[in-house]
Amino acid sequence: MAGMKDTALTLVILIALVVALVVGAEIAEIRLFGRIATNLCISLVLVLGLQVFMGNSGILSFAHIGFMGVGAYTSAVLTIPAQMKGMALPDLYPVLAAIQLSPYIAILIGGLTAAVVAALVSYPLMRLSDAAAVITSFALLVVLHTVMLHWSEITNGPRTLFGIPKATDLYLAAGIAILAIIGAMLFRESRTGLLLRATRDDETAAGAIGADVSRLRWKAFIISALFAGIGGALWGHFITSFSPKAFYLKETFVILGMLVIGGAPTVSGAVIGVFLVTFSFEVLRAFEASLNAAKIFTGQVVGVTEIVLALAMIAILILRPGGLFATMEIGVLFGRRRQKASEGEKQ
Amino acid sequence: MTAYIQFLIDVLSLGGAYALMALGLVIVYGILRLVNFAYGELIMVTGYTMFLLGGSALPWIVMAAIGVLMAILAGIATDYVAFRPVRAKSVTAVLITSFAFSTLLQNAALLFISPRPRNVPLPDIFSETVHFAGIVTPARNLITIATAVILLAVFAWVMKRTVLGIAMRAAATHFTMARMLGVPANLIISTAFAISGFLAGIVSLFWIGRIGSVVPGIGLEPLLVAFIATVIGGMRSLQGAVLGGFLLAFIDTGLNYSLPQELLKFRDAFTFSLVILILLWRPAGLMKGPASGQRT
Repeated sequence: MAGMKDTALTLVILIALVVALVVGAEIAEIRLFGRIATNLCISLVLVLGLQVFMGNSGILSFAHIGFMGVGAYTSAVLTIPAQMKGMALPDLYPVLAAIQLSPYIAILIGGLTAAVVAALVSYPLMRLSDAAAVITSFALLVVLHTVMLHWSEITNGPRTLFGIPKATDLYLAAGIAILAIIGAMLFRESRTGLLLRATRDDETAAGAIGADVSRLRWKAFIISALFAGIGGALWGHFITSFSPKAFYLKETFVILGMLVIGGAPTVSGAVIGVFLVTFSFEVLRAFEASLNAAKIFTGQVVGVTEIVLALAMIAILILRPGGLFATMEIGVLFGRRRQKASEGEKQ
Repeated sequence: MTAYIQFLIDVLSLGGAYALMALGLVIVYGILRLVNFAYGELIMVTGYTMFLLGGSALPWIVMAAIGVLMAILAGIATDYVAFRPVRAKSVTAVLITSFAFSTLLQNAALLFISPRPRNVPLPDIFSETVHFAGIVTPARNLITIATAVILLAVFAWVMKRTVLGIAMRAAATHFTMARMLGVPANLIISTAFAISGFLAGIVSLFWIGRIGSVVPGIGLEPLLVAFIATVIGGMRSLQGAVLGGFLLAFIDTGLNYSLPQELLKFRDAFTFSLVILILLWRPAGLMKGPASGQRT
């Protein structure tokens, strides 16, 4: 049984990982490492958000990255300096043109906006299970992408939106990532989380004992979108210019890959997946860059990273269909080992 | 009157292609209850095969045949790589392995061929137009309609009259029972993937024929179309897939004709919202398939 102790131990281990990352990046004092670490923390927020919904409800969602986009654009529109807005967003509604908020407040509003949008559009969708649920979430991603691509007043259309103030540094990203870990863990162990996991394991049985399946899923979906919106806004204030392309299938693939390789059902899986995939990605990118620099091939080498990630995903799912941490949190695993060791001493 | 005929031809030619695409997706889904996200890449495979053969002296029809053959092989490969190893373990796992396989194929095209569009050889007849009863329409549209009608008829005959078709329908109705009665499971599933590849290959010829070139991401739009059509029509029913294909073409063309210019760019958002509404009204789609059996 996963008791309070194991939950606490899991939290300590996962938070220690993030702290170690920050300390490592600070000691190394290489700008590139700082960037990688910040990106990793933002990915943590996004992947944990996806875990809240997917891990507990067992339903694959493709729409997550769309809500990341909602958060990023909301925060961007609220923070671009008034004198920049004329250039960056020439068709912006006058009401919004006057507003200029502190990025920290805007990041929060970005998350809340994503949550509200999710609450409005998703309630009816939560009745669906299996393939129909997956396909509608895919459809939702396409709808969100189409809106971002063409709502020029707010998003500058398919063109790059620039002029977003830089506000995200490693400490902010790491702090929010730690909050996300705690939030995801608390949700998992909460009454809603427990009931939702019951519906995941047996929808009919959970319904029979009175679990309101679609309502439970809806709550998780909203929280998941909140994480995604905050993650997106953080990313926006880190990268400072982006276009709707950044919130589509390629990114969905990376986020899903992180969660699935680590193991969607557990928070530990989400965290470990982000670390593993980010580090292997960076190694592969460096490899790609050195191939390009060495000019062994005539054209640019592109796509090697994605190919390796795809192969890794297929391999892991064949060997361990639930990912690396399929059922137990890391704290439970450690706890068990400790228990076994102490039992061994007694004998 | 001319406007109506024009509209009808547009709907039928688009709908024919959509229906074939949806059929290719649903034939696998019907048996396995699993969505193949790598379906769009079968269209890409045919396109790149045609591009690679483009420089040769082969007649177009031979190139097209080889292109379709490659799509069939790619379909069977999807089964072996993404479906067979995981299909008994977890539904989510298969969705993700097929998504990964799709990314794999796309990035392979990116890496080994080019991110830029590549021209595909087209037969002369594709660029000709036909005049009749006061309307002008590309010959391609009429060929699409004819091909769709012939293929749908052949497909219906195979499914209704041949041993293979009956075995496939049996597997789609109740997989375990069909296996107990001696239907070889893996053979039926591989055949379904081969048929899926064949239909995708044929559609690819028309799809790419319209654009004239192939890019790594070309499969996305057909994949979405097939998804939506099957969802509208009913995920489990072959007739439903065909109906869904034509209905989606009707909605798309209708919106094209009726939406004002500034809303037209949001057409996809409208179409997909409509799909979500249909699913809420009938979660199983317009046509229910056979009673659900146990998944493998």
